This record gives sequence, structure tokens and C-alpha cells, in this order.
Amino acid sequence: MQPIIRAPRRSAQPGPSARRADPAPSRWSYRRQRLMLTPAFRLFLRAGLPLLVVAALGLGYLAKEERRDGLRLFALDLRDQVINRPEFMVQAMVIEGASESVDADIREIMPVDLPVSSFGLDLPLILQTLRELPAIKEARVFVRNGGILQISIVERTPALVWRTREGLELLDDTGAIVRPAETRAAYPDLPLVAGEGADQAAAEALALLRAAGPLGSRVRGLVRISQRRWDLVLDRGQRIQLPQKQPVQALERVLLMHKAQDLLERDLALVDMRLADRPTIRMSEAAVDEWWRVRNVALGD
Amino acid sequence: MIELYESQRAMRNMRKAAMQRGVVAILDVGTSKIGCLVLRFDGADKLEVEGVGPMAGQAGFRVIGAATTRSRGVRFGEIHAMAETERAIRTAVQAAQKMANIRVDHVIACFSGAEPRSYGVAGQLDLQGNLVSEQDIGRVLSACDIPDFGQGREVLHAHPVNFALDHRTGLGDPRGQVGQQLSVDMHMLTVDEIAIQNLAYCVKRCDLELAGVASSAYVSGLSALVEDELELGAACIDMGGGATSISVFMKKHMIFADTVTMGGDHVTSDISMGLQVPSNAAERIKTLFGGVVATGRDDSEMIEMRSETGDWEHDRRTVSRAELIGIMRPRVEEILEEVRARLDVAGFEHLPSQQIVLTGGGSQIPGLDGLASRILGQQVRLGRPLRVHGLPQAATGPAFSAAVGLCLFAAHPQDEWWDFEIPVDRYPARSLRRAMKWFKDNW
Repeated sequence: MQPIIRAPRRSAQPGPSARRADPAPSRWSYRRQRLMLTPAFRLFLRAGLPLLVVAALGLGYLAKEERRDGLRLFALDLRDQVINRPEFMVQAMVIEGASESVDADIREIMPVDLPVSSFGLDLPLILQTLRELPAIKEARVFVRNGGILQISIVERTPALVWRTREGLELLDDTGAIVRPAETRAAYPDLPLVAGEGADQAAAEALALLRAAGPLGSRVRGLVRISQRRWDLVLDRGQRIQLPQKQPVQALERVLLMHKAQDLLERDLALVDMRLADRPTIRMSEAAVDEWWRVRNVALGD
Repeated sequence: MIELYESQRAMRNMRKAAMQRGVVAILDVGTSKIGCLVLRFDGADKLEVEGVGPMAGQAGFRVIGAATTRSRGVRFGEIHAMAETERAIRTAVQAAQKMANIRVDHVIACFSGAEPRSYGVAGQLDLQGNLVSEQDIGRVLSACDIPDFGQGREVLHAHPVNFALDHRTGLGDPRGQVGQQLSVDMHMLTVDEIAIQNLAYCVKRCDLELAGVASSAYVSGLSALVEDELELGAACIDMGGGATSISVFMKKHMIFADTVTMGGDHVTSDISMGLQVPSNAAERIKTLFGGVVATGRDDSEMIEMRSETGDWEHDRRTVSRAELIGIMRPRVEEILEEVRARLDVAGFEHLPSQQIVLTGGGSQIPGLDGLASRILGQQVRLGRPLRVHGLPQAATGPAFSAAVGLCLFAAHPQDEWWDFEIPVDRYPARSLRRAMKWFKDNW
């Protein structure tokens, strides 16, 4: 009969009396082997368990507040070290295409203080700031090799002097205000416009002035009436009222009349071209008196 | 009677589940060895190899793991010490799993002992001129008058062997035919309930599900007999370690099975007693030098005992091979005569063909076929199991015919009683009554 009560294991006792080793796996090693042969369990061991261990270690490490802060500080420090490397620093600013006053303006309003890392530069913000300057028409900003912030700008060129109630302004050909002007005399070669809303019709004003070229120095300026139409003001108080539509053609008609009959050389106060099919002129008061006098003489009173 | 088959039906369902998973283990619980094969069903019924004829039943699966271990705790083909057997099963299953590199959950087992008894039963059914339907088959099967098996017996196999419709007999499949009276002959094999329960318990302790139980007499016949022997009638004698199982086949059905509880282990113990050597030395001498027919040369062939008692004189004894044969032969004759007696009881001599096939580990004794033909009849041959795909060379010997037969049984099971539907008129009576009782109890 085989022993029913299991004998205590005497591992270090070889010899004929030792029980012959049982080749059978123990229940647990059998179960373990079956478990290891289960595909899902093997997948778990291969992928799931390492993931879990790493996640648990990471979470365990981060469970303490000071470790989290330390990690955050370390990350920030590392980031600063990279950002502040000399290779990334912008040392100087070069402004190209700006007059002295604009240059000074730009340097004054520039939102960054050099030297600064190129990671800290907000180029769109700089560009927006530059474009808000009235004197600047176009601007390009980039960081050049060698840590130089280059700003290339195209300034607005004044084309008109605009007299308003507040004072004189310089307008460019699009009607944008370039800068205020102190005196008219400082810009003798720029034509003068006046009237409310004249800046919005600057292009038309320039076209009219170009058309009025034959009048030469007789042109005093243009007056915007009711933000709607133009009056061309000449010297001797003469004024040409131009229609709202096609003012250039109307002016050219006046100039043709002037060429044929020396219209504007005469003692006129006003040429009214507002109705295209009925140009009207108003004589000056003295001329009217004179006309009446001559007429009466002719009648022989 | 219906309850008796519920467990068989459950096992059949479990086997279907195992088939769908594609992996099932085969467990041959023998007296001298426990073999475990792991089968993979890949559904490929075709085996396109040149020189291979049509497959009998061995296609469609592949052996991917095989292991054998020395059996412990099994005697006469029955489980004798549960814990020992469980450990032996565990060893075999673990090694086979390791070789297959896959985990198996379902196991189909066979054993040879437990006093199998064969019953031929017959049933009749009036059809009143109707077509035979599948229902009718189930009904005629349950109309069989079941003999009294006795207490504690379980039906292991119940094969419908023959159908007869009116005066025509020998029908394999009567479905769809018209007749007045359907009758069936059924072969039933009963074994001790305890043996099955012990086996199921051992298998369960190994975390496995029992998906089928078969008699090893039946399955070794399936693998060792060739097709025309199965068809014309033959007996398969599986000489195992502790039991020699007999199965008689005809028309591809088993019609008789029995077990002689003597086998190779008895030969070994005879040698051990006769030569006064330990049983493992006796086993060695038996397998290396054993035989049953002595010739003159055997007198001069001396065999060293090589026992290890420490007594030099005792250990250095030699014995002639003729003496060894003289010890072995009476026991083998006794076994074969007992087989002869069982076959005579079964009426084997009335079969048209009286082929006898010897298989099992005990059939490897040299000269056994000559001895057997003198005792059992002229038509004796030694059988080896059918060759199945992937079986290791070491497991192709006659000792593995039960294991290989179990593979065939798993792959292509024959119809059994419990595979047919329970007739409708008997089916719902109990469950309806239970439902009524439930209603009464609760309202």
C-alpha cells in the first residue's frame, strides 16, 4: 500500500531509502503553467503589466506635492536654459526705410526690450503695433541671422495738406493721415484740401488736382462740401462747383471753356457745374454793376 | 431513464464546444501508462498528399501535443488511488500542453476497466404507413426494453446497430422510407458508475472539463481494425497493462465488448515472482527478452538479472530465455483462453468473418500471434493503430491504439442514443409538472 499520509520532505537525503521523486507537477505549478499558456494572460503580461507598473510608479512618484513642484521647476528651468542660449538671443534692432522721426517713434513704441530670446518675440504683435503707427504704410518684421531683429518699413508719403478745424494734417494718396503739419508753409509743394470728409476722397482730390494742372498756380485748393462733392477754389476768390458724379470731366469742360474763351480770366465769382447740362456762372458784384452800366449806356438812358 | 442520458448529452454538447474552439485533449487512462494527446481541429478535411488514399476518419485534425507518463493509482483499468491518478493525469496533460504550446480545457477520456457489460436490446414502433422521420428514430430508440442493469451502472455507449423496416433488415438509415413497423437493434455498454465518477473527479481536479468518455475496448477497435474488418466482422483484443479488453465489430458497429482483468502487469508480476527480481527489473527483462514460443536456441541464451539487492550472488544470477518463456507463456495462454471464453459467450463463431486483431502494449510479445492463432483461431493478426496526422513516431506503436482510437472517436463520433431528439410526448411531462408546482408554491 502506498503511504497515505505524506511523509515530510527530506530534500537533502539522497540514497536508496529516499522516496522516488514524483514527476507530477504540483497543483499550483500546473495551474501556473496553464495560466501562462492562456493567450489573454500572455498578452496581459507582455503589454498590460509593464504599462501598469510604469503607470503605478509614475503616479506613486507624483503623489507628493513637493515632488510635483520640483518636477515642474526642473522643467521650467530646463526650458529657460534652452530659451536663453546665446544662439537664440536677439541683441539688436535694425529699422530700414524709416525717416528719423519715424525711427524714433518705432523705437519708442516697440513692445519688447532687447536683448530678448527669439522665443519671447511676438512678431505678430510687433507687426500690429507698427501698423498702428499712422506714418507707416507697410512693415515687415523678421529675425535675421546673428540675433538681429530687422524691421523693414515703407513710410507713407504725404500727398495732400488737409486743413481741418483742429489744424493741418498731412494725407497720403489713400487719404490716411501721415502726421500733423505745423504750418502750411512747411509744405509749399503739397496741394491743400479742406472740408469735412476730405480724407476719405483723397484719391478723387488728387485726380482733380491733376486735371486742374493747366491752371497752374492759380489753384488754391479743394473744398469738400457736405462730404459729397468738391469745390475747386482758385485765387481771386473764384470757385468752381463740381458735381458729385464725374467731377473730373466737369472740370475738364470748364478748362475747355477757359481755353476757348478765357473764362476764368474774366471777372467771375463762381462756375457752377453741378448740373451737367446747364453750366452756370456767377459774375462778381462789380462786374454785374459794370454790366448794368454798360447796358444802360447802350440803351441810352 | 431520460435523466441517465442528460450527462452524456451534456458531454456531447461540451465536445461540440471544444470542436468549435478547435483544441481538445485525449486522455487514455491505462494501468501501465497514461497518455495525453492534444488535437487541433482546423476543419481541413482534405489532405492532398501524393500516395495517400482516401481517409477513413483520421483527417480533419492534427495531433499537436503528445505525452505519456507512467501510470500511478490505476489498477485493472480503474482508478484506484484518486490523488495519485490525478497527479499522473496532471503530469501527462502538462507535458502535452507544453509540447502543443496551447492550453486545453476539454478532455475526452477512455478507460478499460469498470466491468463493462454488453447488452443487445431491441425496440419496435408502429408507423402506420408513415414516412420514418428523425422523431421516429428517437421514439423507437426509447421504445427499446431496457434490461435491468443493476444498481450503480451507467450506460457508456448506446449505439443503434441495425434498423429494420417491416421485413427488410440491415438498414443503415431508415429515414424517409415508408413502412408499417420500425424496429431497431441497439448495443448498450454499461460500466460501473463509480469508475466514471472517479474519472470525472480526477479530471475536474486538474481544472479540465470532461467532454466525453469512451470505453477503450471500443476506441482501440476503431483504430486497430481496418475498414473491411470493421464491416465484415472482427474482434479487437487490446492487451493492456492491467486489463485486456475485447470488442467485436460488425457493420462498422461495436456489437460486443468485454474486459478480461488480466494483462501485461500480471506477466510482469509472474516474472518478478518466478525469478525473484523487483518488478521494474522484471518489466525490463520482459520487454527486452520476453517471448512465448521457445526454440532450442533459447536454452543457451542467458539473461542477466541485474537486480540491486547488494547480495552479489543474488544479483549476478542468470536465467536462460527458455526459462523466461516458460514463466510468461502460461500467463499469456491464460489471458488468451479467457478471451476465447468471452468470445465464445458472445457467439463470435457465428460471425461471417472471424478475424482477430491483437493490439495494445501486450501484443508486442514476440511470437504472440502464433500462440494466439492456436487458441483463438486461424485468422489472427497483430494490429497497429491507424496513422493520424502529426502523431510522434514514439506514439505510433500498438500500445497507443486506444489513444489514437479516441482521436478518431473525437473527430468522427458514431451516433448514439442521446444524439437523437427525445420524443415529444415524453419530453415535456416532467417540466410541465415542475412549472405547475412552481406556480402552486408561489401563488
